Amino acid sequence: MNDNYLVKEEAYPARFANKLTMGMPLSEYARKLVTPFNIVAAILLSVGLPLIGLRFWQGLATVTHASNEYPWSILLGWGLFSGVPLSGTGYVMATAVYIFGFKKYHPLVRLGVLTGFMGYLFAVIYLLIDIGRPWRIYYPMAVSFGPTSVLFLVAWHVATYLTVQLLEFSPAILEWIQARRTRKWAILITVAMTIAGVILSTLHQSALGALFLMAPGKLHPLWYSAFIPVFFFISSIYAGLCMVIAVSTIGARYLREKADHRFLDSLDGLTVGLGKAACIVMFVYFALRMIGVAHDDNWALLLSSSYGYWFLTEVLLFVLLPCVVLTVGVKLHSARIVRVGAFHAIAGVILTRLNISILMFNWNLPGHFQAIVPPAREVAIVLSIITLHVLIFRWILNRMPVMREDPAYLEDGH
Amino acid sequence: MEKPVKDARSGSERDERKAGRRTVNRRDFLRGMAVAGGAAFLGTPTDVEALHDLSGWPDRMGMLTDLTECVGCRSCESACNAANGLPAPEVPFDEKSVFERKRRPTASAYTVVNRYGNPKGSGNPIYRKVQCNHCEEPSCASACPVRAYTKTPEGPVLYDKDVCFGCRYCMVACPFYAPAYDYESALEPKVVKCTMCHGRIKAGGIPACAGSCPMGAITFGRREKLLKIARDRIRKFPDRYVDQIYGEYEAGGTSWLYLSGIPFGELDFPTNLPRKPIVENTKGFLSAVPLVLTLWPALLGLCYAANRNKEEKG
Repeated sequence: MNDNYLVKEEAYPARFANKLTMGMPLSEYARKLVTPFNIVAAILLSVGLPLIGLRFWQGLATVTHASNEYPWSILLGWGLFSGVPLSGTGYVMATAVYIFGFKKYHPLVRLGVLTGFMGYLFAVIYLLIDIGRPWRIYYPMAVSFGPTSVLFLVAWHVATYLTVQLLEFSPAILEWIQARRTRKWAILITVAMTIAGVILSTLHQSALGALFLMAPGKLHPLWYSAFIPVFFFISSIYAGLCMVIAVSTIGARYLREKADHRFLDSLDGLTVGLGKAACIVMFVYFALRMIGVAHDDNWALLLSSSYGYWFLTEVLLFVLLPCVVLTVGVKLHSARIVRVGAFHAIAGVILTRLNISILMFNWNLPGHFQAIVPPAREVAIVLSIITLHVLIFRWILNRMPVMREDPAYLEDGH
Repeated sequence: MEKPVKDARSGSERDERKAGRRTVNRRDFLRGMAVAGGAAFLGTPTDVEALHDLSGWPDRMGMLTDLTECVGCRSCESACNAANGLPAPEVPFDEKSVFERKRRPTASAYTVVNRYGNPKGSGNPIYRKVQCNHCEEPSCASACPVRAYTKTPEGPVLYDKDVCFGCRYCMVACPFYAPAYDYESALEPKVVKCTMCHGRIKAGGIPACAGSCPMGAITFGRREKLLKIARDRIRKFPDRYVDQIYGEYEAGGTSWLYLSGIPFGELDFPTNLPRKPIVENTKGFLSAVPLVLTLWPALLGLCYAANRNKEEKG
């Protein structure tokens, strides 16, 4: 075959540098980096990264509000508990395409898998900043086993699933570096990795909810439910679907030249299709939440205090309403309305996770609401990690065949 | 599989494990086997932990705190501080101003005493001693992903900083807000909590706080015996005590037992706790794990096979 012919003319270092600067001379690449977005990003990073350093220099107490009563702050509430369901994109898309055979969604698979992989990677980064001795993070896997712990399950599954997602995404990396033979092996394991991904996702998405089963006296009764693992799992499905809509919308808008026609032309139709799946799952989820209230006979709590109103706000305005918006969008076949519904639903997932991990946790302690407001330093750390997340995501989308197919590999359908 | 765990533990703890009754050994054995058998993927043998009979370990000790006797002298705080070599407090132990706000155990204090107004109006304030309650079936231990906690046959629940990686899930899981964390330490933070003076008990002594109490408000002894004493007191002085021994059943029961003259809820004791051990709440979830692991591949494999054929036929 002659497809490696041109490449072999170049020396390896030059070829590699070429890959990194996307074919531009270094000076031109550097000039192109100066954009308003990048300047804002640089400012955020220059504030947040030193604060992360400070955490390892003077301890968690200097940068977070984490206390003896509230051991988990927004580093985990946002980074782990909100980040992981929103990273359900990978298992949702891979299952739809490779297992259920919805082949027309193929243009969105890689974007979904990449979003998932990055989400988990960054969940681990938040975790590494938050836990006391991050260099011991492998202890549950290798040194001391606590198999009665739900967190033990989470640790194993998140670690394994991170690896699985890297393997799932590896064809894109291998195409980028033109490792044709290795790529073939990577393609072969796709279905096995997808099945492994669903198993691991089912278990750790629900396990994140099951963590709170150990805090019956601490979590408000409206949010504490024996069904909490099911709530977490089901909501991760529509969270994943809506995130694919959101990420593809943003990608098609701001990195349009990195997407191919196949991606851009099918996007509106696929968005409506994803919205349809999402609204079905959301109706199920809404019904389950109501069954949860009925199961514990908590109806009286709904209208008796501000906590009840807050619960109603969550399930009516951030589950039912976006679900209705999605339904309307699907009925009118409007990708635009579906997108609005998807962003709204994502906000709802984040709200639910923050409610459980922070807002409604220890609701009965005096001074609760003062205790949960995050300090500026912690917010700055979170903002800088979000920035880093976006920058690396964009770096990959700019270079690797994610929203487009590499013409050299079109024939085998991956 | 057990080896790294044991290596990470101190020699004395290893001896304790050997000295423990058979229940402990069998439990460890089963747990070790389960881990070796791939428990990481097959979910977790919760039943081994959660189902064991709480009537085991007949020799376990406890502490009975009679809050009607406590006068808030803070001798117990001072004795605890000395016995455990903790840093000197910011406010000296004979200073009463600390009662102006509610405190909790911290990284530098295993136990604290708080003051409450007396709703019966008799003028004397009520004092409550707070520390780790040493649950019979500790949430912290079952929540810990690295098994840094051990429930000893003598009663105390011990923490091992050598395997802890600082996730603080034990603090989320503890219904009594007992474990404190060393947030000030950048690189070697640890969880800090009362050890019920385990070393002293093993040597035949009594915990420092119990030994130092001038009012005899803290009684150390076999848990069964303490329950009997507590019941006797309630029967003899029904006007003096509320008819409840806090810790007898809360969260499956604790080694620390309390008697009070006013309802426990008014003294910030959690009153919304289940009578069964809290780890029971995760049992249903954990037992569903093997089902997912075995059913999903089969179902998804079938789906894949069906859809692949469909595609081929056009």
